[in-house]
Amino acid sequence: MPDQLVYAMEVFLNGLMAGVLYALVALGFVLIYKASGIFNYAQGVMALFAAMTLVGVMEGQVPFSHLINAVLGTKVHHFGWHLPALIGIVSTVVIMVVLAWLVQRIIFKHLVGQEPIILFMATIGLAYFMEGFGDMMWGSEIKKLDVGLPQGINLWIDETTYNIFDYGFFIDNLDIFATIIAAILVGGLVIFSQYTKEGRAMRAVADDHQAALSVGVSLNFIWIMVWSVAGFVALVAGIMWGTKSGVQFSLSLIALKALPVLMLGGFTSIPGAIVGGLIIGVGEKLFEFTVGPLIGGATENWFAYVLALLVLVFRPQGLFGEKIIERV
Amino acid sequence: MFYREAGDFSKTYREDSQTFPIRFDRYRYYAVLLIAFAIIPFFLNDYWVNAIFLPFLIYSIAAIGLNILTGYCGQVSLGTGGFMAVGAYATYKLMTSFPEVSMVVHILLAGGITAFVGVLFGLPSLRIKGFYLAVATLAAQFFLVWLFNRVPWFYNNSASGQINSPERTLLGVPITGANTEPWAVYLFCLVFVALSAVIARNLTRGAMGRKWMAIRDMDIAAEIIGVNPLTAKLSAFAISSFFVGVSGALFFSVYLGAVEVGEVFGINKSFLVLFMIIIGGLGSIFGSFAGAAFLVLLPVLLKNVLVTGLGWPTDIAAHLEFMIVGGLIIVFLIMEPHGIAQLWRIAKEKLRLWPFPH
Amino acid sequence: MKKKLLSAVIAGFMVATPVMAELTFSALSYRTGAYGNNGIPFADGYLDYFTLLQERDGGIGGESIKVIECETAYNTEKGVECYEATKGEGVLSYSPLSTGITYQLIPKVTADGIALHTMGYGRTSAKNGQIFRNVFNFPANYWDGASVGIKHLLDINGGDIKGKKIALVYHNSAYGKEPIRTLEELSKKHGYELTLLPVDHPGQEQKSQWLQIRREKPDYVLMWGWGVMNPVAIQEAVNIRYPMENFIGVWWSGSENDVLPAGAKATGYKALAFHAVNSDFPIFDDMKKYVVDAGKAAGAGDQVGTVLYNRGMYNAMLVSEAARTAQAIAGKSNISQADMIKGFEALEMTDEKMAALGLAGFGPSFSVSCENHGGDGMVAVAQWDAGAGKWNVVSDFQASDMSVIQPLIDEDSGAFAAENKLSPNCD
Repeated sequence: MPDQLVYAMEVFLNGLMAGVLYALVALGFVLIYKASGIFNYAQGVMALFAAMTLVGVMEGQVPFSHLINAVLGTKVHHFGWHLPALIGIVSTVVIMVVLAWLVQRIIFKHLVGQEPIILFMATIGLAYFMEGFGDMMWGSEIKKLDVGLPQGINLWIDETTYNIFDYGFFIDNLDIFATIIAAILVGGLVIFSQYTKEGRAMRAVADDHQAALSVGVSLNFIWIMVWSVAGFVALVAGIMWGTKSGVQFSLSLIALKALPVLMLGGFTSIPGAIVGGLIIGVGEKLFEFTVGPLIGGATENWFAYVLALLVLVFRPQGLFGEKIIERV
Repeated sequence: MFYREAGDFSKTYREDSQTFPIRFDRYRYYAVLLIAFAIIPFFLNDYWVNAIFLPFLIYSIAAIGLNILTGYCGQVSLGTGGFMAVGAYATYKLMTSFPEVSMVVHILLAGGITAFVGVLFGLPSLRIKGFYLAVATLAAQFFLVWLFNRVPWFYNNSASGQINSPERTLLGVPITGANTEPWAVYLFCLVFVALSAVIARNLTRGAMGRKWMAIRDMDIAAEIIGVNPLTAKLSAFAISSFFVGVSGALFFSVYLGAVEVGEVFGINKSFLVLFMIIIGGLGSIFGSFAGAAFLVLLPVLLKNVLVTGLGWPTDIAAHLEFMIVGGLIIVFLIMEPHGIAQLWRIAKEKLRLWPFPH
Repeated sequence: MKKKLLSAVIAGFMVATPVMAELTFSALSYRTGAYGNNGIPFADGYLDYFTLLQERDGGIGGESIKVIECETAYNTEKGVECYEATKGEGVLSYSPLSTGITYQLIPKVTADGIALHTMGYGRTSAKNGQIFRNVFNFPANYWDGASVGIKHLLDINGGDIKGKKIALVYHNSAYGKEPIRTLEELSKKHGYELTLLPVDHPGQEQKSQWLQIRREKPDYVLMWGWGVMNPVAIQEAVNIRYPMENFIGVWWSGSENDVLPAGAKATGYKALAFHAVNSDFPIFDDMKKYVVDAGKAAGAGDQVGTVLYNRGMYNAMLVSEAARTAQAIAGKSNISQADMIKGFEALEMTDEKMAALGLAGFGPSFSVSCENHGGDGMVAVAQWDAGAGKWNVVSDFQASDMSVIQPLIDEDSGAFAAENKLSPNCD
């Protein structure tokens, strides 16, 4: 096989893996949008906040230590414990649920029935607030996140492909792991939404708020639940990206990677987020591989959007979005 | 008491359809113009101009532009930063290629070029709607920034990739470059702001504005009653981009003086201008000003109160600033989802009846 | 009540009236935003050094020191606001710590007659002091960095890198593109092959670039990165098992923040440095005694001795030495902004001076003159040792190849002079 084709295959596989990571972020958006019509701009900041909290809890950081030290003149930094990852994750999930409850209670309860753009704006306010709050709570230094995920080249794939193509493929163990986690997550979400009472209620709310309300579904509960699940998804995304790059501010910018995925896949479709993520991942990597060198590289940022744009011109609701029916 | 239409009779159609039909409103408007043009310039120093007035004025133009597109015509745009970059780079190329031509011409031309680019990226709006349209404008945002960073021609092959605005004068007074006087740059921008506001206000009151609003409220219905969506949407993109381009041109040439595209005109700028019009009020020229003022003044005010006034560490103040801005946005939305402009309208309604509300 | 509120609001916008009784410096730092985690140690080092001078020596030459810190979040508009808010207070020199803000401030400081010191960043051609009269970028700039990076490769290859493949992974911005011209010129001279791999901001995702490196197997990889791009790149290099000792970052890609997330396998990664990168200096005892233990440290005190902390401290040291020089020239301790520029221009950093400060061998000796605002471009190479958790300088400080760089500087500063109708002069 010609070299270029083998390379392209490697790029393709890595694109798929990258796509899974994008999809993980996009998933959180879809969940909230589907259930409440809110386009949650704060999803990226939530991922950052979740990852920061996880590190903070695991490393025994004192929350607000900087503020406390500045106000009281003390010197507290650490509780002096190191917790195992599992306990850290569980406590972070609890914190994210509390956060979901607060968000619903303080903000969105008062904004029921408002136009989408206003709900969107409220999430922007939330994003600003959490950005400051997270930094205040845990400090804005870079933090190393290690929950024991494997990282680095997968030797088995390297060897196997070397024997076949005479060129060993590079696949990151972390990416493989992320793919497995994402598959479990999506599977779990599907089972949850199809086979549990709460899941059915969630789908009912997504279909029609008022009808759901009239048959006795508590909107409040469903929305808190959805925000909690989105918080959990944000935590998973935060762990994956945080392991790659350390936990720091730029983690919140992964939301920008999720936007084209959402638009391509459709805001309302969970499979759309997954497939959209894969298409964007593969598309941008292959484009960078083939056309990138000719036009100077670093095309990935805009190519994702242009790709989404091209698809939308033919399917204005995204690949899997609900067909937009317009009535006068 | 003062603010009412009683006794304010219109004798001609002209009078009846003027911008400010209530006399008190009209006088207030003239008073604002008078203060802005004739009084403020005497009290300016570098700090007030560079930290407060210039950003406020220039963001107001951008906000007016985006408000035409998003607030009046209902097309969500997240490409403002990219379009501002077009305006900035167009001015740079023009002012370095034709140094003898007046800056006013350059800035207007830059607006025209931006309008053209805006129409180009507005074409998908004929098919794509709502939040999905944001993708087209985001594509513009990222592609344009990449392009200006990538092609050396745009920054005259300078080693650093930065563009610098050389000194240019208007009527013998420097308005760009290092040796500008605060009042000169202030007035220069103010003229553009005032003209933009007047033009935008009259466009949105006229047939064109009505077409835009019809498209915004329901495009199919608008089409049925005879509004051509092609011309309406594209004209909104063109005019909006023109204003955004002018603001980008001023932002670069008069305010910052040196620009690196990814940092200054990145996606954050697009979001910032969008926040301005939502907080200020969609579909309101006053709202554009109010939103720009809110997001320009509040951080400066908070910084000065917390750091200079209370002597807090800068990082805690910066974090707190984020929390306060975010919190205020939420509080505002819960109290008044339609922005500062709506608060203003309510205040005016109340004033009409004051002091006898019944 | 309303009146009170109003006056509070107005007071909020007001700037304090200038007090000229002390030496005022500004710290345009960033402790938040995308680059905040790198900005924090630098700002801490910068502030702590001035605190040390104040606490230990009572200031500089008997004058007490005032440092106004200002948060920019790496945002040019905030930088301008900071500059305008503080310049009325008689600030002697600005160190904006951002290339973008530097470009904004060059015309402004020129008009206002204030010194601007950009150490290891900013406009490279400001080295030509005849045109950039009050902008200083000693001791080294990016082109020096690129040149010394290549020199290091020449050294370890016995002086011949003909036909070697070198890849440059760079932040796709003005900053990241700085070394390209120099590297291209040098490749003509030394005959290596240069591949350019841009990474877009923020650089969270670099699979494409590193897959390409894995395929093409360049002999050496240089990196001009900042922010999250650094740890991700180092992690990816570890992942593809690129030999770390062949991977060299610029000084902004060589802090603990960048290598720690990659763990033990980052050992061997090299970075350029124009100052010492560890804490084996007598000054740190004083720092601990007078600043950290006294509870006066700007940050948590845990950053002392890290690369970026050292850089901030080094920057403050150079500024304070320039102030001392200015005091000597002006013959008075209460110097003005104009005196400060003269102080910068006559600054001489000798080994004896450094030793007296408790910083023997911390940085190279160099001198500044009107013609040369950039020092001698002495740069060394440091290497990371993850086991010991510290950086070690593994080469001598060596000068850059001025035969290649000087024409580039002349060209760029000449273009600036033509654009702004300046004529080079030194009076």
